[in-house]
This record gives sequence, structure tokens and C-alpha cells, in this order.
Amino acid sequence: MSLLAVEQLDVRHGHLKAVRNIDLAVAEGEILALVGANGAGKTTLLRAIAGAHRPAGGRVIFEGRDVTALRAYERVALGIALVPEGRRLFAGLTVEENLRVAGDAGRSGPWNIEALLAVFPMLKAKLKTPAGLLSGGEQQATSIGRAMMTNPRLLLLDELSLGLAPLAIDNLYRSLTALFSSGTALIIVEQNLSRVLGVATRVCCMLEGRIVLERDAKEATRQQITEAYFGLRQDGLRHEGLRSAQP
Amino acid sequence: MIWVDQIVQGTLLGGYYALIACGLSLMFGVMRIINLAHGDFAILGVFVVWLLVSQTGISPFLALAAAIPLMALLGWALQHWIFERSLRSGPLVPLLATFGLAIVIENLLFEGFGADTRSLAPDIGDLAFDSWTLTDRIYVGHLAVLVFAVAVLLLVGLQLFLKHTVLGRAIRATAEDPDTAELVGINSRAVYAVSAAIAVATTAVAGTFLAMRASFDPYSGPAQLIFAFEAVVIGGVGSLWGTLVGGIVLGIAQSVGAQIGPRGFLLTGHIVFLLVLAARLFLSGVNWRAAIRRRPQGTEGSAT
Repeated sequence: MSLLAVEQLDVRHGHLKAVRNIDLAVAEGEILALVGANGAGKTTLLRAIAGAHRPAGGRVIFEGRDVTALRAYERVALGIALVPEGRRLFAGLTVEENLRVAGDAGRSGPWNIEALLAVFPMLKAKLKTPAGLLSGGEQQATSIGRAMMTNPRLLLLDELSLGLAPLAIDNLYRSLTALFSSGTALIIVEQNLSRVLGVATRVCCMLEGRIVLERDAKEATRQQITEAYFGLRQDGLRHEGLRSAQP
Repeated sequence: MIWVDQIVQGTLLGGYYALIACGLSLMFGVMRIINLAHGDFAILGVFVVWLLVSQTGISPFLALAAAIPLMALLGWALQHWIFERSLRSGPLVPLLATFGLAIVIENLLFEGFGADTRSLAPDIGDLAFDSWTLTDRIYVGHLAVLVFAVAVLLLVGLQLFLKHTVLGRAIRATAEDPDTAELVGINSRAVYAVSAAIAVATTAVAGTFLAMRASFDPYSGPAQLIFAFEAVVIGGVGSLWGTLVGGIVLGIAQSVGAQIGPRGFLLTGHIVFLLVLAARLFLSGVNWRAAIRRRPQGTEGSAT
């Protein structure tokens, strides 16, 4: 049985269908890379899985249980956590308070402040600093750490390296080795394709609200992904939405 | 010496303003609701106390201890049934909802208790008029000192609660970003309900002290709301320390104003409020310009 199963999920922003009839399964310990152009529906899909956005249709099943009607905080208690796009730290709280607030509200498990400081040693000197004063890399580390403090079984990482300097991205991926090998299932949304393919076990590409490519990360070639990313070919992939978009 | 006396009396009066402003500040800080029924909650609370005192003859302090959980329950219920729904419809709807609540509370109290002016001063014995002599010209009332001490204890206590407890941290996180708070496992609706319960419970304390040092009737609420609002704005919106300072500044302004001229009491308070408001708007205008100029450097800095 898969850890997460998304069945025929439809999510809308008003009249816009951001996610169209998506089926997706994630197994325990799997690392799924979710790629696609801006506006393809990646963030909306993650937010619907986390419970931050109510879907218009379909179901979200976690550990065999239908969680579609549960609110985000109830899903955190079951073990789903989201690192939102743009960090969304509590800017007036210190780094330590940002971590503690999640630790107090989430599940119990191996991740605590000491364990996190071993993963992100750069935060050690910043514990008492308000989160609003951190650099981008430190903010992303705090945001990931905050989600890890809830001890998730499935962690959703939205735009992992967006807006970070190359050196900060190196640091972040090096730090996250411990997370990648911890057995926590991950869905990573990432623009940096070569980075994410280096750690993922499977890759999904979204285009206009649909999944148009799904491959083992090892089998997927760069060209296949690029073509799916831009919707260049229509060779049996699910591309119905594309025809109307072409002139 | 007369000016020193006015500053001392003004400071003590400021304790009462801080007390009445505390719940307003908390509610705005956490839920972004400007509660126009805040003063009326205080009067509702004091009517509960007055009812208990007049029916059973117990001390007003005991009656207050009983009224606090009742008012907390009321705050929780209002959040659950009214504010929660109105918050979903944009920022103006909660304002209208509390405005409506104010009218309902005032008129229900008028319906139930009539227009009589009442006071709790006769029920607290010597405390109503006893005082300590500081110098031969300056006396401070026991009650005024008690109100000031309670205000400081309440605001400091709330601040420590917000800073150092699990629930307090959850309240601060939810105040900053309720959607993200949910994503780290916090039930934001429960946090809102607890905050509303605390805020409404504090109004019972403020209302009771108002009734001990002065008088009240069903329509006394709006005047208290104005003082609370001015204290919050002077001290800085959403900061409890600021609310304490704001209350004291307002109290001193009124006392000193009263010394300047017989009509100066309210006038000076309002003038100080307007000056601080104007200064805040002016200063934030300067900050906007500076922020626009500095933006390119700021984004570079945050990318490393």
C-alpha cells in the first residue's frame, strides 16, 4: 500500500482549473521530484495534499485513510508537512521559536532542535535571532527545519532552492543528505533539474494541471523531461489540454 | 508640586486605561479584529458582577472571580459563532459585526436594568476612599494603586504567557500568519477562540474597577472604548508593553490637561492621541520612501 494516494484530484482557483484529474501515488521512503513550468499546478497540488487548499473533486488518501475533508493541522498530526513556497516563516518569532512552535504542535519522533542543529549547523548561532532578519539560505533552512520538527512521514518541499545563491543551494543540498536518507517520503518541487534528479527516485512532470510524464529518475533522460516540460511533443502522453493552447 | 501630583495621579489613572486597552490590543494583535463592542463587554462584565453582589451580598472581588470565567466563555462563543464567520468575509465584516454587537449589548442592558447610574464603590468599604500620604500635598488612593498594580501584573503576565508558553507561542505564530500556522500543526480557530476568551475576560476586570472608582450605566461602554482605543494607538498597535505605556501617557495627558484648565481633561488626551497618530503616519511615510530606495540592496542581501 502506498503512503500517499491522490485520486482524480481537481483543484480550482475560482474558475481556473489549476490541477486537473491527477492520480499520483507515493510509496514509503520514496523521493519524488515534481517539475514543470510556472503555472503548471505544482504548488496547488502540494497545497491540496497538505490541506491548505480544498479540492473541487477527487480524494487524498494517506496511509489508507481518506483525509480529503481534514484541515491542514489535522494532516500534520497524521504526518504530512509542507515547506511552503517563499518560506513563510513567522518573522517576529526567533528561529528557535519557529522551530519549537512546530515541534509542540506536530508529532513526536526523532527530530528535535538538537537533531536539526546537526543538520543545519549554520542555525546554531541564529537561534535567538528573529526569523525576519535571516539570509535567504538560513530562512530556507529554518523553514525546512520547522516542517521537520513536526516529524512528518511525508514532507512536501515547494521550490526548494528558488531565490537562493548557488553557494547556498550547495549548502542546502549537502545539509539535506540526512533527510534524504532518513526514510521520510518526499515530494520536491524544484526548478534546478540536475540537482533534484541527483536525489530523486522518481520524477513527475506537470503541464497545465496534468501529469504528462512519470518515470524512474534513473531512466528519465533530460530530453524527455524538457519535452514534457514545454509540451513539445504529443506522442501518447496525456496532452489534451495543449491543443487548445496552441494557435 | 501640583504638577508632580498630576503626573502621579495621571500615571495611576493610566493603569486603568492600560487595563481596559489590554483586551482590545490582544484581539487586534491576534485576530486583526477592531472590536467596537469592547467597552460594552466591560460594562456587560460589570453588570454580571453587580448582579452577583446585589443578589448574594458577596464581595465584588469574589463576584469578579466568578464573572471572569463567564466572560471568557462568552468570548469563546462569540469567536466561534460570530467572529469566525465574519472573518471569512473580509476585514470590514468583523468591524460591522462588533458594531452590531455593541448596539445589541447596550440595548439589552438598558432593557434589563434601566437607565440608572450605578457604582460598586459602596460595596468595597474603605478601599473606595482610603489613601496613602506621600508628601503633605500628594495623596495616592489605595484603589488607584491597586488598579495600577493589577494592570501591570495583567499586562506583564500576558506578555510572559505569550513569550514563554506553548500556547503563547502558538498564539503569536497564528497572529503572524494563520495559514502557515495550520501547516505546522496549529489549529488556528482554536487559538483564535482562546485569544477571544482571554480578551473578553480582561474586560470584566477593567469594567469592575471602573465601577469601583466611578459609576456605570448601560451606555457607558463607548466612552471606555475610546480611551482603550487611544491607549492602544499611542502605545503602538499589537504590542502589550506599548499598551501599558500608551495608557500611562493618556492618563498623564488628561491629568495635566485638567490642571491647565477645567475643560482640559478630555481635550488634552485627545490632542496627544491625534499628535501621536499624526507622528506615526508621518514616520511610516518616511520609512516607505527609505524602503523603496533600499530595495535593490535588500534583495541581494537576502539571496545569500
